[in-house]
Amino acid sequence: MKALVAQKTALTGNYAVAYAVKMAKPHVIAAYPITPQTSIVEKLSEFVERGELNARFVNVESEFAAMSVVYGAAMAGARAFTATSSHGLLYMYEATWWTALSRAPVVMAVVTRTIGPPWNIHVEHNDILVLRDTGWLIAMAETVQEVLDLTIQAFRIAETAVLPTAVGLDGFILSHSTEPVELPPQELVDKFLPPRRPDVPLLLRPGEAVTFGNLPSDNRDHARHKIATVYTAQREAKKIVSQVDEEYGRLTGRRYGGLVEWYKAGDAKNVVVCMGAWCSDAKQAVESLRRRGISIGLMRVRFIRPFPEEEVAKLDQYERVVVYDRDITPLGGVLGTEIKALLSRARVVNIVAGIAGVDFDAQNFYETIQKALDGSYREVEFVV
Amino acid sequence: MSFRIDQLPKKKYVVPGNAACAGCGMMIGWKILGMALGEEAVLTIPASCAAVVQGLSPKSGVAMPILNVPFASAAAVATGIAEAYRSLGVKGHAVVWAGDGGTSDIGFATLSGAAERNSNIIYIMYDNEAYMNTGIQRSSSTPLAAWTTTTPMGKRERKKDVALLMAMHGVPYVATASIAYPQDFYRKLKRAAEVEGFKFIHLHTPCPPGWRFDPAKTVEVARLAVETGVWILWEYDHGHFRLNPPSTTYADKAKRRPLIEYLKLQGRFAHVTEEQVKALEEDVEARWRSILALAKAFPQS
Repeated sequence: MKALVAQKTALTGNYAVAYAVKMAKPHVIAAYPITPQTSIVEKLSEFVERGELNARFVNVESEFAAMSVVYGAAMAGARAFTATSSHGLLYMYEATWWTALSRAPVVMAVVTRTIGPPWNIHVEHNDILVLRDTGWLIAMAETVQEVLDLTIQAFRIAETAVLPTAVGLDGFILSHSTEPVELPPQELVDKFLPPRRPDVPLLLRPGEAVTFGNLPSDNRDHARHKIATVYTAQREAKKIVSQVDEEYGRLTGRRYGGLVEWYKAGDAKNVVVCMGAWCSDAKQAVESLRRRGISIGLMRVRFIRPFPEEEVAKLDQYERVVVYDRDITPLGGVLGTEIKALLSRARVVNIVAGIAGVDFDAQNFYETIQKALDGSYREVEFVV
Repeated sequence: MSFRIDQLPKKKYVVPGNAACAGCGMMIGWKILGMALGEEAVLTIPASCAAVVQGLSPKSGVAMPILNVPFASAAAVATGIAEAYRSLGVKGHAVVWAGDGGTSDIGFATLSGAAERNSNIIYIMYDNEAYMNTGIQRSSSTPLAAWTTTTPMGKRERKKDVALLMAMHGVPYVATASIAYPQDFYRKLKRAAEVEGFKFIHLHTPCPPGWRFDPAKTVEVARLAVETGVWILWEYDHGHFRLNPPSTTYADKAKRRPLIEYLKLQGRFAHVTEEQVKALEEDVEARWRSILALAKAFPQS
């Protein structure tokens, strides 16, 4: 037997998605180009054309069609993948709800990008967060290595939880930056990811007279179906996410903490909360602040759906919780708003920064964390 | 190839207990679909009367596998099903059963996309010439001068010829059909099932409440559409374009029945003036000129 040796290489975040998808052996891939997602599906189409990946690659006329194709494929029992960004995701929106409420275990990479106007191709998180009430599971990666690992995990999570799963990676910051990556051996991925069960959520086959999606005879049944999908299945998915991460960790040596990653928070009095690639910058700032004697740690949100309620509740023990959002709502940021729903409001400072692709680096974190701790910020603070 | 009705399969796929209106033309078409493709078809149905008349889930008045999907998505969802089956080695046909709104209007982009990439699906547009599911609003497939609730003075624009548009995509197979000619529709479905790639059938299905005629007269109205030349039966099969009987006869204008016979049966044309009848007659003529020119331009096979 061939030794299971991981291959060390360097990849962009987008290529990391493509390699992970290739190793997951999907049956059907559909996607429409949109910056900064495009190189994912370009790479996948190359794999398919060269015969390295035995999948059906469907070139579609729009993102709405891309989501519809993978929906149909998943309902017919296939492992299906698509990728998008920003307006592409918004254009898919109706179909994303249909996918979730059908329990179709589609996996989608979302290379996060600002929503216009004006047109802006740079990073922001509002796009992926439009999925937050649909029933989709939503993860955000921090590094290119995690992009790869998370994408492989996402297929297992989606098919176990029977919910569509989005893997978020920050536009350009991860999608187009090259980092060293360890590719797990194919045999190991095969072991980790069993073949898709075609009978879950239902078997859609010629000669099998099942119907799905027609009007309900009882709206209460429909209501129960919605609660089971949008609420209960999300709670069950929490365990699945943790178990999958643990098992993946045992096989590859890389474990990320499940729903959240705690960073130097054990002994700290204050804590920073953020998600996505800029958590690395935030960690650097935490290091610098700790060196100057400021008691601070960090909680990185890996999955915003299912929402890590138990972990967030633990934040109440900190004096100050500084939540960073790369997205904006009329109430502040999404993460800030959701965290405030669980904690004593007085503890939370919600900093909305880096929106519209504005640069925000470790130094910016360093300065703004200090201001948040010394009380010079309001409950919601915008930093541009 | 011809079929006798008494030799068609007996198994019923449209079963009692569905919620269709009396005299529904679409249900007649659906029965024929069951006869032709029964055990082989997996249906994708967008928002439409067809989405409603199945009856209430978890039960269904149509004994076929059906995936109900968002309005504009049917051709793409069916593509996904077809690609999944190809990848998984499952035999069967991904069939779209969609109305004129879901096809000619909101669903046209996914339809055109599926045609252009030659997705291996059978797309059937059952055309009742308005948004009947939401209560008789105009579609781009509503004929000139027809009353609908959103064209209270009669539609000002002509009917979009979706079948011709699909043929011009250069796909393997396109046909028109009518519920008044079940053997013709059955044969076209069987032919579509043989063909690899994209297939489109445009099925004319009168709607008693929407067109305002006696539900007992559905087939009569459908037949009159063909006999007056309003609806032309043709097929485009791998570049061969031909008229089909009985429309072949009506290429000769003199053999057509007067248009007014078709119009007078339907309340939706009750208001039409002599001028509008003339405009409609000219519209029918214009269509025939196009179809005959195409039949000449393409090989007949």
